[in-house]
Amino acid sequence: MQWETVIGLEIHAQLATKSKIFSGSSTAFGAEPNTQANVVDLGMPGSLPVLNAEAVRLAVTFGLAINAVVNRRSIFARKNYFYPDLPKGYQISQMDLPIVARGEVHVEMDDGTHKTVGLTRAHLEEDAGKSLHEDFHNMTGIDLNRAGTPLLEIVSDPDMRSAKEAVAYAKTIHSLVRYLGMCDGNMQEGSFRVDANVSVRPKGQAEFGTRAEVKNVNSFRFLERAINFEVERQIDVLEGGGTVVQETRLYDPDRDETRSMRSKEEAHDYRYFPDPDLLPVVLGEAFIESVRAGLPELPQQKKQRFVEHYALSAYDANLLTAERELADYFENALKVAGCEPKLAANWVMGEVSAALNKAGLDIAHSPVTANMLGGLLARIADNTLSGKLAKEVFEAMWAGEGDADAIIEKKGLKQITDEGAIAAIVDAALAQFPEQVAEFRSGKDKVFGFLVGQVMKAAKGKANPAQLNAVLKQRLES
Amino acid sequence: MSITPTEVMKIAHLARMSIHPDDVERYAQDLSGILDLVAHMNQIDVQGVEPMAHPLDMSQRLRADLVTEPNQRELLQRHAPAVENGLFLVPKVIE
Repeated sequence: MQWETVIGLEIHAQLATKSKIFSGSSTAFGAEPNTQANVVDLGMPGSLPVLNAEAVRLAVTFGLAINAVVNRRSIFARKNYFYPDLPKGYQISQMDLPIVARGEVHVEMDDGTHKTVGLTRAHLEEDAGKSLHEDFHNMTGIDLNRAGTPLLEIVSDPDMRSAKEAVAYAKTIHSLVRYLGMCDGNMQEGSFRVDANVSVRPKGQAEFGTRAEVKNVNSFRFLERAINFEVERQIDVLEGGGTVVQETRLYDPDRDETRSMRSKEEAHDYRYFPDPDLLPVVLGEAFIESVRAGLPELPQQKKQRFVEHYALSAYDANLLTAERELADYFENALKVAGCEPKLAANWVMGEVSAALNKAGLDIAHSPVTANMLGGLLARIADNTLSGKLAKEVFEAMWAGEGDADAIIEKKGLKQITDEGAIAAIVDAALAQFPEQVAEFRSGKDKVFGFLVGQVMKAAKGKANPAQLNAVLKQRLES
Repeated sequence: MSITPTEVMKIAHLARMSIHPDDVERYAQDLSGILDLVAHMNQIDVQGVEPMAHPLDMSQRLRADLVTEPNQRELLQRHAPAVENGLFLVPKVIE
């Protein structure tokens, strides 16, 4: 039988606020356990939550960026369940009236095709703490520093039909929340968490199959693998005459499989009700317009501008705009260099990206800054440096030897562009190979390649190749 | 009766409430009485009436995003029956 995969994603983006969503505790990552958890975060009786304005602003930013409905009135609700890292016995979340309602996300696939994914909703909620199951004398350790950290849960419609589409959508949201400065996107630290609702159905069937929710996916690569595993597992179950059980499954990257998380079977009855501790959130038009006015250029707009304004290919523009920092780096380097955009693009995606990958650094920590790269590109553009010498200068800059001009000066790497000097090199080289010169002059064109090689060698890569070639031709033909 | 004894047991379990088996029947009756009243109110036409999320006719005030809370771990953990390395310890939770 032909099966069709149906995927919807729930993405939890940790909002980049300084303090928690309902208290003045710090949200900084990596602090000593429980040093950033106050009475509100601990759910002490008598404490009351007060909503963080910045969390609201960031949620609205997201809604406006994707042209979703931003509800002028939204409600907080209690989601009730018992777990030791949830001290109150309920999570403050939103149910009936989330801050962001219907929207659409436009996703570009690797092959250039487009896909529109519906956004069901995006709501504000508080994060839970962390349970540490390592051995504390057969006890579980609880760190509540994360409890109360603001999250925006972004829920998609079940619109994706393959793991690849799901990954492309998740990457689009990831890029967007980082562009908007609302989430640092760090998947390893859990500030961007993706859960996948996966089901399969016979191709052509209108009803959805029973879904399983796959959690614990901390990279895009694992997301793709976890979904593919889950799809195969469900097809095997169905083809073996069984039925898929609605459940939560954890992905295990070491074994590349998903496993049932039995303990939560009963927990799906959350008994939501409006939180009496919090009043409805009402947003004024002036506030919403001020957030709209502050929206930065978004990835897709930037990409289009790069194609139109810099005449870059869609492929190049895609790579350069994947991260806002990379796009800024490219534009800054270009501004300093005043060179062809394509030259700057090639260097950013080539030498710079390769060096960063090798060193395990991101663009913000590149030892070669955009200004420094711009300085180097300017010397390529004005013919001071050949491509080969430029790479040498780049390596020296990377090693911290200074900016391009200082290195060119210090190492004497300046490309020779003086006609007379080039002619002298050519003449000296030709003088060593009179036989070959004679052969060429008698009509043996093949020997030209050999002579070019010898002249290049004599110039030690420092002479401008185009000029060198021209002078050589001129000498041989005269 | 709109709430069965089985449902009472389930709700009690979800709320982690311990109730005596002898009381289940009575709770079922009481809760059913409440739900019957709700069913009665449900017959009223509320077309065009915005659902009330809070009895106070006010909207939520927001606070500026500032860290105002100092570390009070020592004070707050004085109430905890077991702590180690700054962590609260609870009976083992198995996933």
